[in-house]
Amino acid sequence: MPSVPLLLSQAFNGLALGSLLALVSSGLTIILGTLGVLNFAHGALFMLGAYAIFVVMQATGSFILAMLVGCSFMLVVGVLVERLVVRWFYQRPPEDQILVTFGIGIVVVEAVRAGFGGNSQHLSVPTWGEGVTQLGFLIYPTYRLEVIGIIAVTLAVLWLVLYRTSIGLVVRAGIEDQRMVGILGINVRRTFLLVFAIGVVAAGFAGMIYAPIIAVVPDMGDSFLVESFVVIVIGGLGSFPGAVVGGLIAGEIVSITSAFNSAYSEVMLYAVMALLLVVRPQGLFGTEGRV
Amino acid sequence: MTQPTRAVGIGRRRILESSLGIAGGLAVARHGFAAQPAAIGTWPRGVSGDTAFIGITTPLTGPYSADGTDEKLGYDLVIAEINAGGPMARKWGLRGKGVLGKTLRYKVADSQTRPNVAVQAQTGFIQNDKAIMITGCVSSAEAIAIEELAQREKVLNMVGASGSNDTTGKDCQRYGFRSQPSAYMAARALAPVVGKAYGKGVKAAYLTPDYTYGHSVFDSFTAGVKPYGWTVATNQVVPLGTSDFSSALLNIANSGAQVFVNIAFGADAVASTKQADQFGVLKKMKMIVPNISSFQSKQTGAALMAGVYGTFDFWWTLEDRYALAKDFVQAFLKQFNYRPSWGAHIAFSQTMIWAVSVERAGTFSPPAVIKALEASQSNPYDTSLGRVYYRAGDHQLVRPVPVVIGKAGSAMQNPDDFYDVVELVPGEQVMQPLADTGCHLGAYT
Repeated sequence: MPSVPLLLSQAFNGLALGSLLALVSSGLTIILGTLGVLNFAHGALFMLGAYAIFVVMQATGSFILAMLVGCSFMLVVGVLVERLVVRWFYQRPPEDQILVTFGIGIVVVEAVRAGFGGNSQHLSVPTWGEGVTQLGFLIYPTYRLEVIGIIAVTLAVLWLVLYRTSIGLVVRAGIEDQRMVGILGINVRRTFLLVFAIGVVAAGFAGMIYAPIIAVVPDMGDSFLVESFVVIVIGGLGSFPGAVVGGLIAGEIVSITSAFNSAYSEVMLYAVMALLLVVRPQGLFGTEGRV
Repeated sequence: MTQPTRAVGIGRRRILESSLGIAGGLAVARHGFAAQPAAIGTWPRGVSGDTAFIGITTPLTGPYSADGTDEKLGYDLVIAEINAGGPMARKWGLRGKGVLGKTLRYKVADSQTRPNVAVQAQTGFIQNDKAIMITGCVSSAEAIAIEELAQREKVLNMVGASGSNDTTGKDCQRYGFRSQPSAYMAARALAPVVGKAYGKGVKAAYLTPDYTYGHSVFDSFTAGVKPYGWTVATNQVVPLGTSDFSSALLNIANSGAQVFVNIAFGADAVASTKQADQFGVLKKMKMIVPNISSFQSKQTGAALMAGVYGTFDFWWTLEDRYALAKDFVQAFLKQFNYRPSWGAHIAFSQTMIWAVSVERAGTFSPPAVIKALEASQSNPYDTSLGRVYYRAGDHQLVRPVPVVIGKAGSAMQNPDDFYDVVELVPGEQVMQPLADTGCHLGAYT
């Protein structure tokens, strides 16, 4: 039986891990929840964000500047992907959307591999995030503490933009009846483009935040794509609050289980997901019959 | 009436002559076939023309892709050298161009670090290309799966990079040969060095990938340091391909250990080392990496690996000790602009050893080549690791094990100068007793 301080430490770590998972899943759920597209290129776009910040950091040495340039780059990528490929698939069946986004993912990963090779790229924690912080019952990496705050602000901004402005409203109406929204004088296509691009930037931003922590390799998005799906299944497909709560729950499951036996932490995550699918198939915040 | 009688007489003679002829012919034919070994696997169909095909699977994607890419370059170099009948090939003992005069052809498939993908690709090479030898892999899970395939299909398998004891232990095969030191050998070589460096009665925390390699290294290392009174503070078992090790590292940070033994490999080793540093583990504890990945220091930066003890299959500074190592390192550096790591070394040396064994056997027939490899104790190979041989009972190469320590960035003489070899432990000293391996080799035919 682990000690109480260790359990508390793992519970806190679950919060940090969960917030990162929530951020990673947010891009996936934004695109799914508003445009109805299950974006299988999500993992690749997450990876692209990490490489973007790596390249700019190499050139400038400034983490903040690299973040800004990286986000702008991801915005351009999002616009291009939507304009050139994805917009032709809004009216197509889900299996077509899955195939095309999966294909985009493969192209992005292999392009990065061709450019940078398979070796992991080294990116240090920014100077303001170096070292550890003493929290009484545990010592925790300063960068991860700061990341919790950054993610909280980012998720709040995303939620406000998508759900407390007219953008979200237009998108939802556009999915129901694109022609009617058009007749009302609203450019639905432009709004779709904006939402898709925001989703891509969110995926890339998560990659940028994660880059100093994990190994930056072309395949780094694979495991996150799977974990993001688990998170949004737990939280409810397409639900933004669901992704946040699902992420936190997933983080706590992994972390608390590992206090007892780390070998079972992932098993427990999938077990909870399976149980939830039986008891509440639409997830915690999902609506039955509607993505 | 005479005509018919004559006709019958001639007919009898002819029948007798023909019968004798057929009988004689059959006898000669039977004698002739008896001298020729029976067809087996892809032999002799695979070498009926002017070429022989080698099927290679190595991870070019996935967590072990850096090591896999290095391994692929090793194959590129060695096969070109053998086909050209170059000076290195001659020094290893080959005669003329190619192997037994046949040019080697090969294809490389990306195994994605997945055993099922590797087996599928090698099955294709055996069926479509009539591969006479299959090789490659970085993960032990892949190695064991390909060994099983090799035994079933009766095609020789020179195992690529694989550290698990099971590869030449309970999962050993008559058709599989492994040159990398087993986890047991690595642990036996490393334990006295770290025991001396860090003293007795040390509490160690372990990070172990959850598959055959990880468990094998954990078991061997803990057994190796037991005589020094080392105990296990915690063993954090994590899945292969984990990205975020925070919860496992938190347990390690709180375990009260003085030493952190990081068994993770490839991209997982890079991520876990970076995160261990961020969690303050590397400040509190000395890190040991029983099997260091090819490019770990390059990817984490030298600072994190400075002072870290570990073992390799091969480190390029062995060129100062062995002439054949120098030839290999310099040829590789010239062609690929960096000094080879041990993935490339395994590819290079195993392919050379196989080619020499084929020429010793005088045939590509797998049973004959296997017997030549098994007889190498009495006729060792001259290699980049000195004189080495395969143990006949489990097909593990008896070879020296380099124990290394990470250098500080300021002490590096060139961009690849990450480690110093502190010990080169002779193979005989660290071999697991054959009876303890659990190896039961399968049939030749």
